[in-house]
Amino acid sequence: MVKVKKIKNKNTMVKVHFIPFVHADRMAGRGRGRGIAAFTFNIEALGLSRGALPETALGPIPLFPPVEYKPVPLKSGEDEEYMLALKQEIRATMKNLPYNIPVPEEKPDVERYKEKYTQKVYKNKHNTWTPDWQRLPKELMPQKKKKTKPKVTKQVKATSKKEKEDLLSKLDELEKKDQKSDDETGEKAADEGEDEEGGEGVEGGEFDEEEAEEENDYIASYFEDGDDFGGGSDDNMDEATY
Amino acid sequence: MTAQEVRLCGLLLQEHFGEVVEKVGTHLLRIGPLSLRAIAHETSTPLDLVKKSLCVLLQHSLCSFEGTQKGPRGVVEYRASCERILRMLRYPRYIYTAKTLYGDTGELIVEEVLQRGHMTMSHAVQTVADRLTHNMEEGSSMEYSEVVSAFSRLVETHLLQRCPSVTEGPLPVASSGGPAASATVPTLSECQTERFNLPPITLKGKGKRRLSNEDNEAEQARGKRARLDDANTKTSGDEGIYWQVNFERFHQYFRDQAIIGAVASKLDQTSSEIVRTMLRMSEVTTTPTAAYTQPLSVNEIFRALPPSYSISRPVLEQYLTLLVDDPMEFVSKTGDSGGGMYAVYVHKVLTSLARATLESVVQERFGSRSARIFRLLLRKRHLEQKQVEDFAMIPAKEAKEMLYMLLSENLVQLQEIPKTPDHAPSRTFYLYTVNPLSTARMLLQHCYKTVANLIVRRLNETKENKRLLEKSQRIEAILASLQASGAEAAQLTEVEEMITAPERQQLEALRHHVNKLDSSENQVDETIFLLESHISSTMASR
Repeated sequence: MVKVKKIKNKNTMVKVHFIPFVHADRMAGRGRGRGIAAFTFNIEALGLSRGALPETALGPIPLFPPVEYKPVPLKSGEDEEYMLALKQEIRATMKNLPYNIPVPEEKPDVERYKEKYTQKVYKNKHNTWTPDWQRLPKELMPQKKKKTKPKVTKQVKATSKKEKEDLLSKLDELEKKDQKSDDETGEKAADEGEDEEGGEGVEGGEFDEEEAEEENDYIASYFEDGDDFGGGSDDNMDEATY
Repeated sequence: MTAQEVRLCGLLLQEHFGEVVEKVGTHLLRIGPLSLRAIAHETSTPLDLVKKSLCVLLQHSLCSFEGTQKGPRGVVEYRASCERILRMLRYPRYIYTAKTLYGDTGELIVEEVLQRGHMTMSHAVQTVADRLTHNMEEGSSMEYSEVVSAFSRLVETHLLQRCPSVTEGPLPVASSGGPAASATVPTLSECQTERFNLPPITLKGKGKRRLSNEDNEAEQARGKRARLDDANTKTSGDEGIYWQVNFERFHQYFRDQAIIGAVASKLDQTSSEIVRTMLRMSEVTTTPTAAYTQPLSVNEIFRALPPSYSISRPVLEQYLTLLVDDPMEFVSKTGDSGGGMYAVYVHKVLTSLARATLESVVQERFGSRSARIFRLLLRKRHLEQKQVEDFAMIPAKEAKEMLYMLLSENLVQLQEIPKTPDHAPSRTFYLYTVNPLSTARMLLQHCYKTVANLIVRRLNETKENKRLLEKSQRIEAILASLQASGAEAAQLTEVEEMITAPERQQLEALRHHVNKLDSSENQVDETIFLLESHISSTMASR
C-alpha cells in the first residue's frame, strides 16, 4: 500500500525555529544505520552545513537570561523631571478626588460608637460630587431606599408580634412556675429557720421573725445594717447553705 | 483589545480611580458592551457601587452608553474605550505642553479639566483662579478675567473642545410597541460648528484665598466651607456646556514636534524652521489623519516666515528644493503655481520615524551587526540567506546566528517560494523579509507590556516599604506642625532623628527607584505615541 500524501499549497509564511531548538532527527537515520543522524530535507539548500549548527538545547531557557547589551540610560533633563513631578502629583491628587471610589469596608455586626466620629465619615459626607443627570441614563441615578424600608419594618413587626405573644405566654408560664417555687422555697426557708431556732439562742429568735416575714431565699441578716454586715454574715455562714 | 492592553488599562484605572472602578472597567473591556444588571451580576459587585463606577467612567469619557432595543423595554448598554483609557498615561505630557505654550494658567486649566473629565467654563475658571491665588503672595489674587482669556486662547487653538450636548431627538419607536428609550437615555450629539464656540458668561471676581490655618483643621472646616461656597456660587450663564481636552489636537502638535525635530537633526535649523512654518500654517486646515498637509505656495511660506529668520526668496526656494530632494521625502512638490506648491508628506515622515525606532530597538537588543542585517532587509525587502551574508559583509556563520536570533524573536519572517508543486525543501526559495507594519504592532504590544510591568514593579516596591513610608510621612507631618507652631531647632532635630540613618538610606533608595520607574513610563509612552501614529496613519491611507 502506497500512501499518497496530499501536500496543500501553502501560501502562508512558515516560521522555522532553528535556534536553539534544532534537534537532529535521529529517527530518520534508523533505516540507514545506527547513530547516523540525517535530516528529512536537504540542508545545503538552506545554506546550513553539519558543523555550523549550534548545539542542541538541553532544557528550557532560564527565566531571566543574561542580557548581553545593557539598556540605554534614560533621558534626564528639565522637561523629564517636570513631567515626572507632574505624574506623581496627578497620582496623589486623583486619590483624594471624589472620583476615587474606595472598596467598601465590611462593617462589624454591631455599629461601634466611634464610627460616627472618625474622619472617614466626614470625608464621605463632604467629598461627594453629583454628575449632571441630564447627560446620563436615568438608571444610573442612585435609587432612594425609602420605598423598601416600610416593607421590611412591616415584616419585622409581624414577626415580633407573634414572637411577643409567644414570649408573653412563655413568661406567664414561667411566672407561675416561679411563684410556686418561690412559695416552696419560702416555706423551706421558714422551716429551716425554725430548725435553727432550736439550735441557737437570741440571734436565732430575731432571725425567725424576719425570715418568716419576707418569704424569700435571702438571709435577712445579710441586709440589715451596712456596718454589721461583715459580723452578721460571718456568724451565719455555716447555716446559710442553700 | 489585546491582553496586554487590557492589563495596562486595569492598572491605570486602579491607580487613578480605585479597585471598584478597575473591576467594572476591565470586565467591560474584556466582554464588550454590557447592561447594568449584567455588569453587577458578573462582577458580583453591589448595584450601587456599579452605578457609581459607571458615573465616574462616563464623567471621564472612558466609557460610553447606548440605548439598544434589546429586551422588552430597551436596555442601555455600556461600552468601555480601551484607547481612551490608555491616554491617561500621557496626561503629564499634555499638561507640560500646555505649560510651554500658555504658561502656568494654561497648565492649570488643562490639569483641572483632565482631572475632572469635563467641566463647565465657569467652574474651571473659579478653581484655577483659587489655585493660582493660593500660590501667589499674600495680598494679591488672580483675576477671573485673566483666567478667562487663557481659557479662550486654549479654545481658539482647539486644544479644548465642547462636549457633545444633549439633544431632544425622538428615537424611532420599536415595532413591538415598547416605549421609546429616549426617556431614559439622553442622546448626545456632537455639533461640529459649535465645538469651539465660547459661551457668553458673566464671571467677575477674584480667586478666593484659602487661609492657611484652615488646612490644618479637621475636615469639618472644609465641609462648612464647601457648603458656604455652594451657597455663594451664582449660576453663570453656561449651565450644561461642558468642556473637555481635545486629544487629537495635542497629538497633532506632538506629531509636528516630532517632524520638526527629525528635520532639524537630519538637515539644519533653518530647514526645520521652514517646515515648522509650513506646519503651523496648515494646523487648522489639516485633518489629523491626512497623509499630506494642504499645499502651500512659496509666496505664502515666505510671508509667514518668522521675522527672526530673514532669508531671501531665492534662498528659501533652494531650501525647499533641498527638502524635496532629500531621500527622506519630508516635503514634496505638488505643483508650480504661485512659485511652487509644497506640502509636507506627513505619512512618510511618520513611517521613517517608526522605522528608525524599530532599527534602534534591534540595535540595542542584538548589537549593531544584527541592526545592519535588519536595516538591509528593510531596504531590500526580500533576500536569500546567501545574499544577506554578501550584502551585510558579515561572515556566514555569524550572519546565520543573527538571522535565526531575529527570526526567533519574530522581527524577521521567512517567506517560502516553491519551484515545484510539492514544496520540496531542496527546490524551494527561502527568503527573509521584514514586514514593517506587523513588526510595529508587535513592538507596540511590547511597549504596553513594558509599561504594565513598570507599574507593577513600582506598586510592589511601595508595598514592600509601606511601613517605612508611613513612618516618614508621619514624621513629616509632625515636623510641619511643629514648624507652623514655631518650635525650637532642638525639637526639630529631635524629631528628625526619629528616622535612623539606614532607614534614611533605604527611603532615599526607594525614592530613587520610584522616580526611575515613573520616568521610564513617561518615556516609553513617547515610543508608544510614535508607533501608534504610524499605525493609524498607515491604516488611514489604505
